[in-house]
Amino acid sequence: MSWQTLQQQLLDQNYVASDELSMALHLSIELGRPLLLEGAAGVGKTEVAKMLAQLKQCQLIRLQCYEGLDASSAIYEWNYQRQLLSVRAHQDSSLSVDELEDHLFSEKYLLRRPLLEAISQAAPPVLLIDEVDRADEEFEAYLLELLSDFQISIPEMGTVQALSRPMVILTSNGSRDLSDALRRRCLYSFVDYPDIRTEMSILQRRLPHIEQRLATQVVGFVQALRREELEKNPGIAETLDWAAALLGLGVVDLAADPQVLQATLVCLLKTQADKAAVPTEVAQRLSGNLA
Amino acid sequence: MKVTRFVARASGVAERMTGFMAHLRDNGLPVGVSDTSRVLHALTCIDVCSDEEVRLACKAVCARTADQYDQFDDLFKAYWSNGGREKPGLHSALSHQLSRNNRQSRAHSGRELPSSGKSAQVDDVDESEDGDAAQSGEGKLIASGSRNLEKLDLRELMTPESVEKAERIATQLASAMRDRHSRRRRRANRGSRLDLRKVLRASLSTGGEPLQLFRTRRPDRPVNIVALLDVSGSMLVYSRVFLAFLKGLVSHDRSTDAYLFHTSLVRVSDVMRDNDTLRAVNRLSLMAQGFGGGTRIAANLQQFNRQYAAQCVTGRSVVIIFSDGYDTDPPEQMASALARLKRRGCRIIWLNPLKGWKDYAPVAAGMAAALPFLDLFAAANTLDSLSALEPHLHDL
Repeated sequence: MSWQTLQQQLLDQNYVASDELSMALHLSIELGRPLLLEGAAGVGKTEVAKMLAQLKQCQLIRLQCYEGLDASSAIYEWNYQRQLLSVRAHQDSSLSVDELEDHLFSEKYLLRRPLLEAISQAAPPVLLIDEVDRADEEFEAYLLELLSDFQISIPEMGTVQALSRPMVILTSNGSRDLSDALRRRCLYSFVDYPDIRTEMSILQRRLPHIEQRLATQVVGFVQALRREELEKNPGIAETLDWAAALLGLGVVDLAADPQVLQATLVCLLKTQADKAAVPTEVAQRLSGNLA
Repeated sequence: MKVTRFVARASGVAERMTGFMAHLRDNGLPVGVSDTSRVLHALTCIDVCSDEEVRLACKAVCARTADQYDQFDDLFKAYWSNGGREKPGLHSALSHQLSRNNRQSRAHSGRELPSSGKSAQVDDVDESEDGDAAQSGEGKLIASGSRNLEKLDLRELMTPESVEKAERIATQLASAMRDRHSRRRRRANRGSRLDLRKVLRASLSTGGEPLQLFRTRRPDRPVNIVALLDVSGSMLVYSRVFLAFLKGLVSHDRSTDAYLFHTSLVRVSDVMRDNDTLRAVNRLSLMAQGFGGGTRIAANLQQFNRQYAAQCVTGRSVVIIFSDGYDTDPPEQMASALARLKRRGCRIIWLNPLKGWKDYAPVAAGMAAALPFLDLFAAANTLDSLSALEPHLHDL
């Protein structure tokens, strides 16, 4: 399969991927390497993984990272309650200590967390490690073994090799610099805000009923808004939300009703400061520029 | 950008690619042998006759950060088309990078210069900008807002003793700020929670009876310090103390970040961490062009918010600003910049040398606007006053 085919398939799923992204994704599948996607929030990084899982018709295993995420909630944990019960039950049996230990630390008492789950699937799943920059440096270190060798070492059991290589996608918002070691193991692609043409085609694919004129206005407005100094720039998801809201309200022309425009901006502007930064006059100027 | 020529007779794709990787390495991309083999492997998955596809493939494999991602296309073009010669369209971007590269390499080569020439390392840079600049070690208070192009030699501002003392104080202060608990648990003799995994293993030898209890606790975590030093004309007399202190802070802890600002903002953490003191000072001098000029605190804070804050300021950060608060930007701008910084969850400390004066009141408009956002506003005109800060930092 070539990368153009992949791009086309993604397009059929209503995901418009740039050349760079499609090539990176294609290579990551062909070379069996994890893919690191960086970019602002709301440009569709997480969506890539979902689309890929749909496309390959396989399971999507998602690990949402947060500060303080550790091995016991990301990789595996022993089921202590069952182990304690089992120790009691075997108290009077003839098992030697070694045998008992082997029994206690066997697969039966292992709780699989997303990462271990991902490498013990028969069919290769898509593993999405979302917002890896939120986890701390220690967690990155856990990831290294998994990402380069697709294996996990459990001291009590030995090394667990991957049954099949998952397709790994990591996303990062750049809230913290990732370590070089992690970057070195991944292919990389930077996902930027789409240009006008791309955003138009995304909008038309996702909301096929939208009229050409409204679509042009919506995209033009959002693009203009991204050039303003905002705390949080509206992403593609916000554009889609807004367009859907306008459609739902039966708006056909943005310029027609400033009040509706102002009221629906809640879909785009997500902080108080940003809302204050775009009063009616600014919104009118931005939408006026389109005419 | 360094111009790389083709190997005269490359025997095949592999050798050409190796040459390209060397070209990337020369231009600062950290690619290695494994990347070369990865690229070659990648070429088998695409149509190698299309240079567009080859570019996309190489980009996915070799670029590692957003900066490198932007830079890559130029590097690719420079190598594969026309042997590295510049095309007219490329010219401006390339020559900009060329000059930047030159500066850096000069800064590096400054190390080999004999140390007798007091400021020899700076006078060959940017002669065009102002050839007649006097090599004076004294600062002048220059009408604010203008850039002072005089180049000062920072070596005069740092003596071994002051660096040593500053380093000691910096260490004390930094350790005073370690007050936050990590969310991660570590094994410990005394702690709030049981380490079940260890308890269970130990219980095996006593027939499943957990006799010995092991515990975990949440260890302390050092805060991450970000220091912004005002090196404008009005601050010049204090720069010596603060630069030394900054060097101490930065070399104490790898995660500390340091910035200098006057009319513009420069990041100096890497330079300050340079073990070769002379080279560090040379590089600092290059960066501090405009040292001793006017101040634009608010604009610099805004730039800091935009460019660096996302990466280095978190809820675990302490931002230390060394400045006298004399600003040419409007005070509202200062307030909004600090408010935005504060929203990242960090604590802000403002050290103002003037506060050490008798009867000082923060009446300068900028300073007054900043006050509501500060967690600590303290005097700092000597190293002693810095070390007196320690008890206050415990309470932050």
